[in-house]
Amino acid sequence: MDMEAAKLIGAGLAAIGAGMAAIGVGNVFGSFLESALRNPGAADGQQGRLFIGFAAAELLGLLAFVVAMILIFVA
Amino acid sequence: MAAETAKVDPMHQFTIEPLLGANMDVAGFNIAFTNSALWMLITAVVLWVFMLGGMKRELVPGRWQMTVETFTGFIDDMLEANVGKEGRKYVPYIFSLFMFILFANLLGLLPLGIVGLHPFTFTSHFTVTGVLAILSFSIVLIVGFWKHGFHFFSLFVPHGTPLPMIPIIFPIELISFLVRPFSLGLRLFVAMMAGHVLLEVLSSFVIDGWNAGAGFGLLVGVPSFLLMIGICALELLVAAIQAYVFALLSSLYINDAENLH
Repeated sequence: MDMEAAKLIGAGLAAIGAGMAAIGVGNVFGSFLESALRNPGAADGQQGRLFIGFAAAELLGLLAFVVAMILIFVA
Repeated sequence: MAAETAKVDPMHQFTIEPLLGANMDVAGFNIAFTNSALWMLITAVVLWVFMLGGMKRELVPGRWQMTVETFTGFIDDMLEANVGKEGRKYVPYIFSLFMFILFANLLGLLPLGIVGLHPFTFTSHFTVTGVLAILSFSIVLIVGFWKHGFHFFSLFVPHGTPLPMIPIIFPIELISFLVRPFSLGLRLFVAMMAGHVLLEVLSSFVIDGWNAGAGFGLLVGVPSFLLMIGICALELLVAAIQAYVFALLSSLYINDAENLH
């Protein structure tokens, strides 16, 4: 296979990681909302943890984006 | 390079251009005043003006003072919740960090392209966010070793670890600790860069769509433009969230240094 084509296919495959991170971030906020509706009184105290979970899930998606960018522009 | 074939180059907006003293060298390093430095200066000045307007200490706070006090109270509460009483002394640092990143992100999103200026988001460069992350990380190291001495290494062995597990747990915890400045800087830089690339790509859909004829313009250009408006709103949210996450994670890491586990 042509090297350039392989790079672009790899960058496209890295987009799967971004989609997976979307599932993860949706899961974080979805679970938070689900339990916040059950016990609204405790919801405000957990916002810090919500964003820590969000940051951790999002980072992996951003890493997939970095991989795609490196494949297209650097490698 | 695949980018050179595209009509609208989405990476062009991140180019650093020297504005003043392009040939100034100090010990082999170019120290030109770049557009990145210009926007850092603008951010610092805007932040300074914003704070100056809110620090009049009126007995009955006006709107401006209320805004500033909301931000300081927000950071104060965050540090109190995450670090505890000793966290109060980090309020100036975390507050400066949060406001600087927030203002940088928001100023970089300003639609100044309409009047021909080009806002530059310096938080979309790893050199900038990396230095900010190293700043947070060195505060963690200095405070940790200053306060706990070599007992700071107990951070890498969680409470109640069985003795045979320590040789395995220690390197894992050490690596996860050492990776922190990278993940901290990387998160902010990639989130900002991804958003700006996305907006640029969508704008190229609008421009190329209308250039290809009215049919393509209506079919591709108009939906892309509507999506762009939505993504712009999302980017405002991301700008605030990323500044918040950076400050939150910095305060969590400081908590580790301050209280160990």
